[in-house]
Amino acid sequence: MRGPLTALFLREWRLARRIGGGGAMGVVFFLILVTITPFAIGPDLNLLGRIGPAILWIAALLATLLGLDRLFQADHEDGSLDLLRMAETPLELIVLVKCLAHWAATGLPLVIAAPFFGVMLALDGEALAGVTASLLVGTPALTFLGAMGAALTATLRRGGLLLSILVLPMTVPVLIFGVSTAGAVNDASLSFSTPFLVLCALTLMSAAGAPFAAAAALRSLGE
Amino acid sequence: MWKYANPTYFLPLVARLLPWTAGLTAALLGVGLYMTFFIAPADYQQGDTVRIMYIHVPAAWLSVFCYMTMAASALGTLVWRHPLADAAQKAAAPIGAGFTFICLVTGSLWGKPMWGTWWVWDARLTSVLVLFLIYLGLIALWQTIEEPGRAARAAAIMTLIGVVNIPIIKFSVDWWNTLHQPASVFRMGGPTIHPTMLWPLMIMALGFTMLFITLHLMATRNEILRRRLHRLTLLAAGSGEADMAGRRLVDQEA
Repeated sequence: MRGPLTALFLREWRLARRIGGGGAMGVVFFLILVTITPFAIGPDLNLLGRIGPAILWIAALLATLLGLDRLFQADHEDGSLDLLRMAETPLELIVLVKCLAHWAATGLPLVIAAPFFGVMLALDGEALAGVTASLLVGTPALTFLGAMGAALTATLRRGGLLLSILVLPMTVPVLIFGVSTAGAVNDASLSFSTPFLVLCALTLMSAAGAPFAAAAALRSLGE
Repeated sequence: MWKYANPTYFLPLVARLLPWTAGLTAALLGVGLYMTFFIAPADYQQGDTVRIMYIHVPAAWLSVFCYMTMAASALGTLVWRHPLADAAQKAAAPIGAGFTFICLVTGSLWGKPMWGTWWVWDARLTSVLVLFLIYLGLIALWQTIEEPGRAARAAAIMTLIGVVNIPIIKFSVDWWNTLHQPASVFRMGGPTIHPTMLWPLMIMALGFTMLFITLHLMATRNEILRRRLHRLTLLAAGSGEADMAGRRLVDQEA
C-alpha cells in the first residue's frame, strides 16, 4: 500500500518519461541552445570560458520553461485535475509533489548534462563543479516559480508564451545568484558560500511559497 | 463607505468627483510645472538637467503607488469577490505601466548627461524594469483570459506574487552599492533635499497622484460601462435569437 503522494509522484514521473520524453527533449533543447551560442558570439574560447556559466544558466532556464506549460494543462484537459482538487490530500502538497516529479524528470537531467556541455564551452574543472552545483540547487526554484505561471495559464489553449512572460521576470534573482555562484569559483576574491547560500534560500522560499500560490490559482480557475 | 463599492452607487459618485479631481490635477500640475521651470533653482553641479527630477521622481513614486493600489484591489477580488475590485484592478495596470515607462524614459534621459550612459544594469534600474515587465505580463493575462471573473482572480494572484518586487525596488539603493542615489526625501532624519527644490517636487508629486486618481476613476468607470455594454449586447443577441425562433415556430404553424 503506497501513500497517495508517492503514487502521485510515480504517476507524474512515468507520464513525464513515457509521453513525449519530457526529460530527454529538454536535454536536447539544452544542447541546441549551448551549440548555437558560439555561432552567435564567435568561437573565441577565452570569451566562451568567461561567459560559459551564464550561457548554461540561460539555457537551463529556457529548457525548464519548455515543459512547464503542460504541468497542469494536461491534467485539466483529461479531468484528473478535478479529481486532484477534490481529493482529501491538500492541493498544496499535490502541487509540491508534482513540481518535485517534474524537476526530477526534466531539471535533474539538465544538471547531469551540464558538466558535459560545460566542457564544450571551455570551462575547466572548478568552474564545471561550480556551475553544476549552482544548477543543482537553483533549478528547483525555477520549477517552483514556473508552477505558479503554469497554474495561472492551465486553462488557456495557448498558455506557453504567456507563461514565459509571467514567470521570467520572477526568475531574475535566481539567475543573478546562480551565475554569481558559478562565477565565484574562479575568482579568489569572492566568497563561494555567500551567493550559494542565497541561492539555496531562494529555492527553499519558492518551495515554501509557490505551492500555495499555484494551488490558489488552480482552485480559483476551477470555479 | 462600503455603499460606494456597489457599481450602481459608484458611477454617480465618480460623475460627481471627476470634475474636482481633474481640475485639481490641472491646477497642481500647472503650478508644479511653472515652479519646475521658472522658480526651482538649477543645481550647482547638474545645471538645468536637475529639472528632470520633478517628472522622474513623482513618476517613480506613482509606479509603486499604483502597484499597491492594484494589490489592494487584488485582495478585494480574492477575499470579498467584489466586482468593483476586479474593475479597479484591471483599470490600474495600464496606468501603472505608463507611469513606470515615464520613470524609465526620464531616468534614461537624465542618466545620459549625468552618468554618461543611457542605461546601467544597477539594482534600482533593473528592479523598476522588472516592475514594468510585471505590469506588461498582467496586461497580457487580462487580455488572454476571456471570462472576466476568472481573469480577475488569475490577475489578482499574479499581482500578489509580484508584490515581492516592491520592497526590492524601495531598498535596492540601500542593500546594494548602486549608481542610483539613495532616498533623499522619505528617509530617517528628514529630507536632505533643499526646501527650494522640495516644494516643487512635492507639488508635482501631489499633481501626479491626483492625475492617477482621475485616470483610475475614469478607467474603472469605463470598465464597468464596458461590462454592462457587453452584457446588454449578449442579452439583445439572446432575445433576437428568441424572436427568430419564435418567428420560425409561427412560420411552421402557418
